[in-house]
Amino acid sequence: MNRRSLLAIALAILPIVALAADPRRDAMLSDYAAEARRLDAGFTAFSPQRGETLFRTAWNGGDARTSSCTACHTANPRQAGRNAKTGRPIEPVAVSANPRRFTDKVEVEKHFLRDCKSVLGRECTALEKGDYITFMAGQ
Amino acid sequence: MILTAALMTAFPAIADDRVPPVTDPVVIKECGSCHMPFQPVFLPARSWSALLQGLGDHFGEDATLPPETVGIISAYMTADAGDVTGQGVGRKFMRWVAPGSTPNRITENPAFLKEHNFPDPVWKDPKVVTKSNCLACHPAAASGRFE
Ligand code: HEC
Repeated sequence: MNRRSLLAIALAILPIVALAADPRRDAMLSDYAAEARRLDAGFTAFSPQRGETLFRTAWNGGDARTSSCTACHTANPRQAGRNAKTGRPIEPVAVSANPRRFTDKVEVEKHFLRDCKSVLGRECTALEKGDYITFMAGQ
Repeated sequence: MILTAALMTAFPAIADDRVPPVTDPVVIKECGSCHMPFQPVFLPARSWSALLQGLGDHFGEDATLPPETVGIISAYMTADAGDVTGQGVGRKFMRWVAPGSTPNRITENPAFLKEHNFPDPVWKDPKVVTKSNCLACHPAAASGRFE
């Protein structure tokens, strides 16, 4: 494949990538990055792998009904979940399946507080929040 | 629609069992993101006040909300509470609430229990999860039809 056709492909893909990106999510991530750097001068970047570990680990730190994030959001973030406490269905949390995810800071902060306490028994750090969003943005 | 309306005029008892749905957008958004936004008539005003003052430990969940939001929800739920409206389904439920008591679970009211006397396997259905999940069996519950 020559350079020109590569460029053509790149230009064709660009709008798709741009569709998934959202300036509100980017702003949210830079806020979390600033906070993470404030807490740890060694911070370099968020990691989708760490985000995935946060998502899948059985923390067993909070409510017995919710040992991990997957208890409500299921093991596949592109799938709809179900609230393990109330039975209410939950829309997918992966950005590809639900582009409105992680675009409203108030909503995101509210759920990080609730859900992290429920699963880990404590609030999540800025690093964990950024990792989680980075993981979900790539899902 | 017209038929339903006609039936309801003909049989007021049916109309009586309709529960006025929650219409406030803040209540629908904040309460409704975790569970069906329960209609205010199922509890007395003092119960809603107590629940909303205690959101930091909401049945084991930290459901904290900003004070302005709590104020909006509290005003709405207490204005149409069962002991305030005093009719229909609310009246049925309030009959079982002792004057000095502040119940916090709709599902412990005898008016609920009488209609939900099911064997264990029904409650253990993975779609049900908990007794407060009205929508598992009453798909139109949020609009006030518990048929
Ligand atoms: C008790 C069930 C439950 C568990 C466990 C749970 N969540 Fe959630 N989560 C919800 C519900 C309910 C919502 C809001 C409903 C919705 O947005 O569809 C939500 C939404 C969120 C949101 C907001 C997303 C957005 O922008 O819309 C974030 C962030 C989140 N959860 C993170 C987590 C993390 C991190 C964990 C694990 C530490 C976790 N959740 C575990 C139930 C849960």
